Amino acid sequence: MSSVLFDTAGPRTRARQKVYSAVTLLVIVGLLAFVVVRFNASGQLDYAKWEPFVTPDYVVALLQGLLETVEAAISSVLLAIVFGLVLGLGKMSDHRLVSAPAWVVVEFFRAVPVLMLMFFLFATYGGDGGLSPYWCVVISLTLYNGSVLAEVFRAGVDAVPHGQAEAGYAIGLRKSQVMGTLLLPQAVKIMLPAIISQCVVALKDTTLGYAILAGGIVMVGKGIYLEFQNQVQTAVVLAAVFIALNMTLSWLATRVQRRLTGDRPVLQVRGDANSGTAV
Amino acid sequence: MDDVFSHFDLVLRAFGQTLALFAVSGVLSLLLGTLLAGCRVGPVPVLRRAAGAYVNVLRNTPLLIIFVFVMVALPQLDVHLGFFTAGCLALTAYTTAFVCEAVRSGINSIGLGQAEAARAIGLTFGQTMRQVILPQALRAVVPPLASVMIALAKNTSVAAVFGIMEATARMRYFVNNDVSARTTIFLLFALGYVVVVELISAGAFGLERRWKVAR
Repeated sequence: MSSVLFDTAGPRTRARQKVYSAVTLLVIVGLLAFVVVRFNASGQLDYAKWEPFVTPDYVVALLQGLLETVEAAISSVLLAIVFGLVLGLGKMSDHRLVSAPAWVVVEFFRAVPVLMLMFFLFATYGGDGGLSPYWCVVISLTLYNGSVLAEVFRAGVDAVPHGQAEAGYAIGLRKSQVMGTLLLPQAVKIMLPAIISQCVVALKDTTLGYAILAGGIVMVGKGIYLEFQNQVQTAVVLAAVFIALNMTLSWLATRVQRRLTGDRPVLQVRGDANSGTAV
Repeated sequence: MDDVFSHFDLVLRAFGQTLALFAVSGVLSLLLGTLLAGCRVGPVPVLRRAAGAYVNVLRNTPLLIIFVFVMVALPQLDVHLGFFTAGCLALTAYTTAFVCEAVRSGINSIGLGQAEAARAIGLTFGQTMRQVILPQALRAVVPPLASVMIALAKNTSVAAVFGIMEATARMRYFVNNDVSARTTIFLLFALGYVVVVELISAGAFGLERRWKVAR
């Protein structure tokens, strides 16, 4: 094995690396053993504590919760795309009167924690006859992810070679035509991976709905752990579900990236999804 | 609204708590994340895999669930941490994964010639990283790391769900108490977060300019 950073190892280095590997493995195995022993000692490995997760009724309940979570994530991503497109176009506008407010809105919602937005919406507009917790979650996520996507759209349009817009103006297209028929269609290709990554963020953020008692898989999980006192097991199962879903999404983003843009470097956006802007 | 201003010390203390969470987990995750990035690009396969697995698992788990682990599940295993320690643990564990990815991308952005030259004069991997690659990589990753730190500052709000009285929890308290001035209270606390975020941005901008090297 060699990379730019190090040479192919000679005999002494190989021996040393074997020692490092052995130590690391020992530490990892030791940690795992510690966890297992600890689990066993406190009765966390008892079948009764894991049973809910192989009981059909509870599995169905969890899946329904997951469906709600995914539903909230999808609605907020779709709404965020619309909202982000409007804001992004606003930010790119030549008119100060349009671009300044768009800029303020984007900066504001990017700086405010999603959870605080949820608390505020729920306290102010929730309650009887008001917004349901579900919509509080969707609206907060739309505002936040929309602001992030606005920046993605802007960066995507910027990434289209300038000659394209110039050629458009040269043949007499209007500003809206240049944007709609030349820049946006080409930008979509560049932006798609970033948009899919943002879905991972949105999916993770929907779990925050738990704090305002919106449904979803974490609420179902809480119901289960309050009944069976299997907090540890529930946390493990919930984490596994999200890791599986998110890794599928990330894999999809990479596939799309390779398919659409080839070797072009990933779109760099200030505070983009890949840098973990959100929860 | 008088409620807020007559108890303004509570607001300040809440933001103090937010900043304390941010500072402790920020420093820890910067250190651990850089170390992890070193493992991830290093010559020892086991370390590389372990670091990769850590990043994949932690990055794809919602922060709320990491908090559930630390705050709800750990006590079941007879591990009792204080609220603040537990909050820092959850935030650090999560943010470390993002710092690692940012630093790794920085390492990848350094010209091949730098590493080749370092190897040519006989530096070991550790020396190459410490003396040649990381000093350049860390300069290159100031903007993405600033994004990670801004995210961390906002992520401290999740601690509100688990009983830490930081800014978001305090906002909820005031908003529930003072029905007439909800929007004003929200805007006041939002302004607090905007200030924190802008300070981090400004700091990063300053560092970026100061550390800029001709390449």
